[in-house]
Amino acid sequence: MVASASKCRTCRAPAIIDLPRHNAHFCAEHFLQLCRRQVTKAVEQFEMLNADDKVLVAVSGGKDSLAVWDMLVELGYHADGLYIGLGIGEYSDTSADYARAFARDRGLHLVEVSLRDEYDYDVPTASRATRRVPCSACGISKRHLFDSAALKGGYTVLVTGHNLDDEAAVLFGNTLRWDVEYLARQLPVLPARDGFPKKVKPLIRLTERETAAWCIVRGIDYLVEECPMAVGNKHLAYKAALNAIEHESPGSKANFYLGFLDNMAPLLAGRSAADEHALNACSSCGAPTTGELCAFCRLVERAAAHEPVPVELLLRKGRSR
Amino acid sequence: MRVLLRNPRREVEVAGRRSVNALLRELGLPRESHLVIRNGTLVPGDADLADDDEVEIRPVISGGV
Ligand code: SF4
Ligand SMILES: [Zn+2]
Ligand SMILES: [Zn+2]
Repeated sequence: MVASASKCRTCRAPAIIDLPRHNAHFCAEHFLQLCRRQVTKAVEQFEMLNADDKVLVAVSGGKDSLAVWDMLVELGYHADGLYIGLGIGEYSDTSADYARAFARDRGLHLVEVSLRDEYDYDVPTASRATRRVPCSACGISKRHLFDSAALKGGYTVLVTGHNLDDEAAVLFGNTLRWDVEYLARQLPVLPARDGFPKKVKPLIRLTERETAAWCIVRGIDYLVEECPMAVGNKHLAYKAALNAIEHESPGSKANFYLGFLDNMAPLLAGRSAADEHALNACSSCGAPTTGELCAFCRLVERAAAHEPVPVELLLRKGRSR
Repeated sequence: MRVLLRNPRREVEVAGRRSVNALLRELGLPRESHLVIRNGTLVPGDADLADDDEVEIRPVISGGV
């Protein structure tokens, strides 16, 4: 059995991964070192975290959120996890198991919120009741519950596991539409505002191939299966398109997104209309909103009144995205 | 060699020694969106896969927003 020919760029030991965008191969140890350095660089460049921050990491049971939680704990941050039970059938049951097992094995604290138990609805039902695509109903729910859990728990920063591919795909979509409002807001750090915690994305310098490799090397068991609602969405099509470009020209994704942050984002500063709106407190939950009732409370109102819709029903109906 | 594919989980038999990159090409799987695990360990694209290896090809793309 011939071992792989390629050697680690740093120590010449047999490599475990090739990273075309760095034009290099790495052994396990030096691959992990590269990931830590990329995360530290992002955290420092964008002033994401301080040593005394009380951090809440939104975890889904997938690779990115468990990887970022693992890295932040390893880097010495005080970081708890937050798991939202979205009620997406078997996918949600399994993803919860992975998040809980990760926390349990490492003695970490996992905060849990269940849409069904606490708000009387789930994502498939909300999607049907509001006639929105599942990811839209899901996004409104997650954003609200991330904010409220962070504030309730006295956390100073909310961390999400968005990686370079996620951000490049969103940027690609915003650029295809020249959506200046969204482009102006697509930053890896959103500062705290009245009623909103500070939000940061420490993985923006790592691709998802790298975050998955981090988990494999570190022995982190994560849910490999996808959320069934994701199939066929635009986000995936954008990622595939960007990966096709990356294949021809390694480093393109990083240039596209990190170059946007360096060169374009400063030009767009202050161009977001959302920054201008005065916010008032939602009359039901107190969260900041431009209207009378916040988007989450409007969603809950309709979804909780609807009879539960099993996820299979939504899948069978076909997808209109 | 036995090759485990994910999403959905399934297995295929592939006969004959070849490199990781060659296997991915044959199966039509982009290198940028997959990792290959040989007998429990991550391996790079030029690693050799032999008939008695247990291989997992793991997709790394997540779909949510
Ligand atoms: S794919 Fe869509 S529905 Fe599924 S968890 Fe992600 S955002 Fe929610
Ligand atoms: Zn090395
Ligand atoms: Zn509200």
